[in-house]
Amino acid sequence: MTVKLGVPSKGRLMEKTFEWFADRGLKLVKTGSEREYSGAVEGIDGIELVLLSAGEIPRELSAGRIHLGVTGSDLVREKVPDWENRIRELAPMGFGGADLIIAVPNGWVDVDTLDDLDAAAAQFRRNHGFRLRIATKYHRLVREFLRDNGVADYQLVDSQGATEGTVRNETAEAVADITSTGETLRANGLKILDDALIHASQATLFKSRNADWSNEDRNVLNQLEDLLRI
Amino acid sequence: MTGLRQTNEEARRIRALFEAQGAQLVETDILQPAETLLDLYGEDIRGRAYVTTDGVRGEMMLRPDFTVPVVQWHMESNADPARYTYSGKVFRMQEEDLSRPNEYVQVGYEVFDGKAPVQADAEVFAIIAKALDGLPVRAATGDYGILTAAVRGLDTSDARKAALLRHIWRPRRFRALLERFGGKSDVPATRAALLAKADPMADAQVVGLRSAKEVEERIAALREDAQTAPIDSEQIAMLEELVSLRETCPNVLGNLRDIAVDMPSISKAVTRFSQRLDALSEAGIDVDALEFEGNFGRTSLEYYDGFVFGFYSETRAGMPAVATGGRYDALTRVLGRGREVPAVGAVIRPELVVALRGQA
Repeated sequence: MTVKLGVPSKGRLMEKTFEWFADRGLKLVKTGSEREYSGAVEGIDGIELVLLSAGEIPRELSAGRIHLGVTGSDLVREKVPDWENRIRELAPMGFGGADLIIAVPNGWVDVDTLDDLDAAAAQFRRNHGFRLRIATKYHRLVREFLRDNGVADYQLVDSQGATEGTVRNETAEAVADITSTGETLRANGLKILDDALIHASQATLFKSRNADWSNEDRNVLNQLEDLLRI
Repeated sequence: MTGLRQTNEEARRIRALFEAQGAQLVETDILQPAETLLDLYGEDIRGRAYVTTDGVRGEMMLRPDFTVPVVQWHMESNADPARYTYSGKVFRMQEEDLSRPNEYVQVGYEVFDGKAPVQADAEVFAIIAKALDGLPVRAATGDYGILTAAVRGLDTSDARKAALLRHIWRPRRFRALLERFGGKSDVPATRAALLAKADPMADAQVVGLRSAKEVEERIAALREDAQTAPIDSEQIAMLEELVSLRETCPNVLGNLRDIAVDMPSISKAVTRFSQRLDALSEAGIDVDALEFEGNFGRTSLEYYDGFVFGFYSETRAGMPAVATGGRYDALTRVLGRGREVPAVGAVIRPELVVALRGQA
């Protein structure tokens, strides 16, 4: 048996992942042609590299089809229900950092906190006859956060991209989105609520609790943990 | 897991009992328009119900309960008074506890009767008790009517009362609001800064559907709230006493009458509670042993707004409620677009009845 390690298949996240492992003496290499999504790990035996879309890695970890995986901590929480019973965090990797936050129009000078958002939602529903719309692609994280904080009278509308533009286009009144600098939000006339940091995300090495872990696989994992000093 | 055949037989037995009481059998679609349910229950329902889509009709939900379609049925039929029964599967996602079934049968009994609400409450409770007769179950009851009457009677602004009533179902938020309205927690710094400004709207550029006028209205409401005196700490203590009540019904009645001396606003609700106990007693229920919990059902779905109850296994602590029910006048008000029909109802899960019977 080999331990399958899933890493992002393209872009900056892939490069940074390769660098992170290289800094710790492990060389991840793509095999075959540039377009082929398979690879190898040099510097340790018994690990197979699997290149996957970062968005699919949580599902593969949850199903146990890969033993280890690198992806954003936000994606695991969003895509895997009850994730802590299926997946374990092995090491935060210190890159790919971004915050999932809630933002509202700058002009809402009366709204800075969740308490304000809740009151504005009540007022909005009364005046407009439907729930205040929050555009997001992070449905589970946002819903659970707002439920725990007792915010009512809102609805989530799905937005898979250009989320910051939804307010100006009047398809949503507020947004819940990931941001690292807040630049795009500001450019679109939005401000971040003071107490609505839903999750501070970063690239993380995860371990699947559901994968088949033979004794041999566990030995490989122990060696890997020693090498990575985690 | 008990067999579907046994469950269906049990469902038929219970339904026959309900029909003998005069209930008309209704059937509802399994696929319900998601919009109505989402508008009623909010996003939380999405975490519990299966949503599917159809290119033309849009989002549909696998029926998470019967209440909404039965109320809609009733609103169209317009019979008064009316009694309904139904049985069929409901569908609930169980992402956090895979051992719980994600589809199970419910058999329900619903009474739409505005003339004698207290008797209707007792009727529903008694028939559920009868259907579960001989099983190792205990009942617990509660009454939102008392808590809402207490909030309405607080010596404070209507805006504060409305905010508290809106969050009756969210105990944490309710408590946080009480603390702020009672002057126990600080005004958020951003709010203090906003109210200190002579013209908070000076540089405000409002984009989107929520208008500048709406922002101004809320600032005015915040200014007014800042001028409102804190809610008296004794009144808050009494509210907290109400939600912490946990006794048998006759003892609770005694406590409520004591509280009502200092909080006359709950008197009518207490009288109703007492009349309900009489009606339950007449229906053959041993009210002396019946438990009451001031906080009962406060975290379940919204819209129960009076008498509430549940029946639980005495032998299996982890088993979900065998039966639950309550009054939901507010839901008929929302679905009826202004027309309200007083309604009370309950459901039994026959599969759990079979499981308990197998044990007894």
